[in-house]
Amino acid sequence: MILGFDSNQFVALTINGLANGAILAITALGFVLIYKATEVINFAQGQFLVVGAFMVYNANHTWGLPWPLAVLVGIGTGIVLGLAIERVILRRMIGESTLSVIMVTIGLASALGGVSLGVWGAAGGVGPKFIPSGTVHLFGDVSVAANRFWAIGVAAVMLIGVGLFFRYSRHGVAMRAVADDQQAAMVQGISVNKIFAMAWALAGAAGAIAGVLLASVAGSYDLGMEAFAIFVFPVVILGGLDSVLGTVVGGIIVGLLVEYSKFYLTVSWSVILPFAALVAILLVKPYGLFGQVRIERV
Amino acid sequence: MATATGVYNTTYRKDFALRHTRAEYIRLGLLAAVAVWIPYNLNAYWLSYANLILLAAIAAVGLNILTGYTGLVSLATAGFLGVGAYTAGNLSVFYHWPMPMAVAGATLMAAAIGAVFGLPALRLKGLYLAISTFAAQEILSDRFRDWKWLTRKHGTIVTSYPKLGSHVFKSNFEWYWILLVITGLVVFAGINLFRTGLGRAFIAIRDQDIAAEVMGVPVGRYKVLAFSIACGLAGFSGALQAYYPPAQTVTWENYEIAKSFIFVAMIIVGGLGSISGAVYGAMFLTWVPAYITRIGQSLQTSNFSFLIEKLPAVQLTLFGLVLVVFLLFEPRGLARLWQRAKDYFRLWPFRY
Repeated sequence: MILGFDSNQFVALTINGLANGAILAITALGFVLIYKATEVINFAQGQFLVVGAFMVYNANHTWGLPWPLAVLVGIGTGIVLGLAIERVILRRMIGESTLSVIMVTIGLASALGGVSLGVWGAAGGVGPKFIPSGTVHLFGDVSVAANRFWAIGVAAVMLIGVGLFFRYSRHGVAMRAVADDQQAAMVQGISVNKIFAMAWALAGAAGAIAGVLLASVAGSYDLGMEAFAIFVFPVVILGGLDSVLGTVVGGIIVGLLVEYSKFYLTVSWSVILPFAALVAILLVKPYGLFGQVRIERV
Repeated sequence: MATATGVYNTTYRKDFALRHTRAEYIRLGLLAAVAVWIPYNLNAYWLSYANLILLAAIAAVGLNILTGYTGLVSLATAGFLGVGAYTAGNLSVFYHWPMPMAVAGATLMAAAIGAVFGLPALRLKGLYLAISTFAAQEILSDRFRDWKWLTRKHGTIVTSYPKLGSHVFKSNFEWYWILLVITGLVVFAGINLFRTGLGRAFIAIRDQDIAAEVMGVPVGRYKVLAFSIACGLAGFSGALQAYYPPAQTVTWENYEIAKSFIFVAMIIVGGLGSISGAVYGAMFLTWVPAYITRIGQSLQTSNFSFLIEKLPAVQLTLFGLVLVVFLLFEPRGLARLWQRAKDYFRLWPFRY
């Protein structure tokens, strides 16, 4: 103990930060999948969290389904939503300017936000408790909520799964091929449309899972999840917009940064620091830690 | 009907004119007539919305110079409205500056801070730049909320009415004329900007920045300049809003990210790369929500009163849908629709 530095507190903060980082990494994963395949920045990623989580809440609470089914309903909704958005809106936007594409997703975020506000209201509710919520005692007298470990575990499994998918699965390799060079991929007989749809479906599913984890860590289902999801921007910029590994590293850095600054500085710093880091990274290393550097020619 | 094959200018004087045809002069006359007609014929409720449109148009013109003409996306307009409003509020309430000086100071402050947040534009463009302005907006709106010294711990700043001698400007009617003149000047300056070398350089940067650099346009400096013009105008609009009655209040809720999105929506709905489009967009996105609110209020006594509590949700949804529909079906906005309608009637009964 130096200068009142409490190492137990520090360990607890680290684990909370890692859990937040894990959820951020899953959210960012959806974001990166879409960007990698379709070069679209999806401002509606936060809405995937909200809609997915609320569907789980709805299925469990209102329809009385057991929680595994409810989670499946949530993930299914995310997938359908992703597919619908891709098919109806984003496919028509291929070839449009960056600004138009960004604004379409902002418009979508607003519309989806309005719908979920109208249907579920701003207050939300306490959701199903399917993730053990007790506390775990670690070495010494550190006590941490068990659901943090769940969040970290689920994220680890998912991210490793996606990594393997990209490396070994036919579809994963096809997705990487499309990200690399659309025309060359088409020549090889890969259906670019299908890949785009798959990216959106996966992003929807990832959003729903992140939403459920977030709701169970935070303890309640409410529209504050959107506010959490804006931290996905520092994460993806830090890691690189098109890197899956980057989401992990970025998620961990931002998660820890938020948690430490919340405790050792003030809550307000915990919002500022990630975004200040974002601007700094953009100035020094615009393509992030693991992003692909692009050279531009006229 | 099409009687001529085009507009031919036979003198340099005619070529330089802002308006080339008689129809354009007639339209300007009609516009002026409507502008004079409005304050005498609208009730206080709608007149206040006319004023809000004029205020929004100032910032929208600035944003269109940045985004529509220079091709740099900014998601931080609301942040700079806030910079203007807080600066003007502080200068006038705590330092007792008169309104014109406070507004000028606020404009310069917003332009300076805008230049700082425009620095990433030296290295970035497109998506990455959009995200960096998003970060600027988050940082700014968070500062408004958490820096207590900005309001000397009151939470809000309440300004007093602007005065000229012993006359106090507090009615919507007087404000309308002031704002009409100011917004008119901003629009005029905006249109003329793109007849100068600076404006042409902005367009060159938008179309192909590397080629512009090759042709001798100092791209980095001009990008930062475009940012400071847009942010300065946003700050100007924000500073005026700080004085606008009846609220006259500066509070952080007005400068959140959602407002920035509304401004981007204005220039998209109005038309990117069109000064008049920015004004159309400001009208559309100020008046439509006002109508929806009005309709909601009129429902209060009817059978649909349950809809009232859902009003914010309905507005949010409609805003999103309008944006998506415009981007899908008319990406060039209202300005383009107007152009197409003109072409249709001019060439009627032929298609082209």
